[in-house]
Amino acid sequence: MATREEVKKLAALARISVPEGQLEKFTKEFDAILAYVSQLEELKLPKGLKEEKPMLRNVFRADENPTAPGAWTKKLVDAFPEKENDYLVVKQIITHE
Amino acid sequence: MKKPNEMTIVEAAKKLRAKEFSVRELWDACAAAAHAQNPELNAFLEIFDAEQADIEAAQRRIDREGDTAPPLCGIPLAIKDNILIEGKVASAASKILENYRAPYSATVIEKLKAQNALFVGRTNMDEFGMGASTENSAFGPTKNPRDTSRVPGGSSGGSAASVAAHLALGGYGTDTGGSCRQPSAYCGVVGFKPTYGAVSRYGIIALGSSLDQVGELANSVADARILFDAIQGHDPLDATTLPDKLYEVSQTPKRFRVGVPQHLLEGVEPDVRAAFDTTLNRLRDAGHEVVDITLPTSKYALPVYYIVLPAEASTNLARYDGMRYGLAKRLPAQAGGKTLLDDYVETRAAGFGDEPKRRILIGTFVLSAGYVDAYYRKAEAARVLLRREYDEAFKKADVIAFPTTPSPAFKFGAKSDPVAMYLEDVFTVTANLTGMPAISVPMGEVEREGKKLPVGIHFTAPHQAEERLFRIASAVY
Repeated sequence: MATREEVKKLAALARISVPEGQLEKFTKEFDAILAYVSQLEELKLPKGLKEEKPMLRNVFRADENPTAPGAWTKKLVDAFPEKENDYLVVKQIITHE
Repeated sequence: MKKPNEMTIVEAAKKLRAKEFSVRELWDACAAAAHAQNPELNAFLEIFDAEQADIEAAQRRIDREGDTAPPLCGIPLAIKDNILIEGKVASAASKILENYRAPYSATVIEKLKAQNALFVGRTNMDEFGMGASTENSAFGPTKNPRDTSRVPGGSSGGSAASVAAHLALGGYGTDTGGSCRQPSAYCGVVGFKPTYGAVSRYGIIALGSSLDQVGELANSVADARILFDAIQGHDPLDATTLPDKLYEVSQTPKRFRVGVPQHLLEGVEPDVRAAFDTTLNRLRDAGHEVVDITLPTSKYALPVYYIVLPAEASTNLARYDGMRYGLAKRLPAQAGGKTLLDDYVETRAAGFGDEPKRRILIGTFVLSAGYVDAYYRKAEAARVLLRREYDEAFKKADVIAFPTTPSPAFKFGAKSDPVAMYLEDVFTVTANLTGMPAISVPMGEVEREGKKLPVGIHFTAPHQAEERLFRIASAVY
């Protein structure tokens, strides 16, 4: 059984938050889903099965043939919520406290 | 006399070429129906304005090329809200992308534009494709045109409803665990999921990358084939599209051996089961053979899916951070918002609905150190076992059949428990886990509270044997 603290910690790891008022509900649902998928524990797998890869699997394409520099800049910058010229403005990344 | 928007694509394409009506008249019929019915159905999140230049270009091409013009030339289509159309909002029915305007078009859209197809609007869905009813849309659920007290299914519920209600002649969706086939069964239309990799996913908002595939929703099997043919093929921009001849080319028989895993059908409601048996008898009468097959690992397919999918979804959704596009919440410094991380969390907490949050939590858990072997890796291994069992079954059968869903469309709110909603996908997820193509076609109606509701039969074929599915589906519907 998951505790409220564990769910809070998972949420922090995943960079979301669950409001205090909903924590109870989310913890319960988390447990129910986990109990359901844990049926998989019963399944016995033949030896050596894990190494087999499907013939077509999800891969990133090779990082090659880039578009011309600047070709997409305006469109991408237009979507920035905060910007200075073509720079994306964000808060500082770490604190010194 | 059918109105232009009530025709199949095949019928309308003929009439357009015979000059019985114009592209403009066809567009106007769809747009009028969409504007009239959308306030009730909520099938579209946005109905696009008529693009005069596109309508004229399609008309000119039909006039010039006649029968050699592509079948989708001038045909108004419904596009799911997770398929990017340059310049249009693509929100995946999520608050986090509510203001996101696509800077480029998906490959499937580029292909459709090259064939002068038209787009009626972007259709409602469960947020990021997470759900089986459209109740998880951030913008309100879609209603089932056959009974508006019931869900249209999901996640491509808006596309299914718009095709069933004749607001568009055909529709596109995505199918990660049944998201084209289950809503098609609930709305009484044809739903198709091609082989994994048969259609480019470039410009599709990702949910579960080892499972996602663009699918088709149509009013006939012939239409579904036209919609599929129009978008399939290798794409250098999606490294996971199928190279030619990856799988052994399979023959399409004249008389099918239809494999039925009787041992999986226990939970099917009696009248759905009866409709299924009647359909199998019809196939027997038409000269096909029904054979018994066993797929022992299939009973674990749903738990496997609900490990793999949240894992991949939590990874894919990690990119929505409120920095570069989409919703951008900023936690003020006086409220403790000192660093970038505070803004990430603030944005994601406000932008994601409950179901994405649940799946992010589960996905993060099953991928975490100490649990990844027991959950994600074991689930991936179970997929190998599932594929092997299907490959084995396909030695005895040409296609595998079961009902698309155990029951007809349910009422709004009936599956508020997340696990109950997950059980909706019990028959459809395996085709995504194995990457095999599958189709749902209407197989009759069952009655609930005095209303006749459609139910579907589901066929699965080996990799790249789409032809078999179109052939056997045509024998049913």
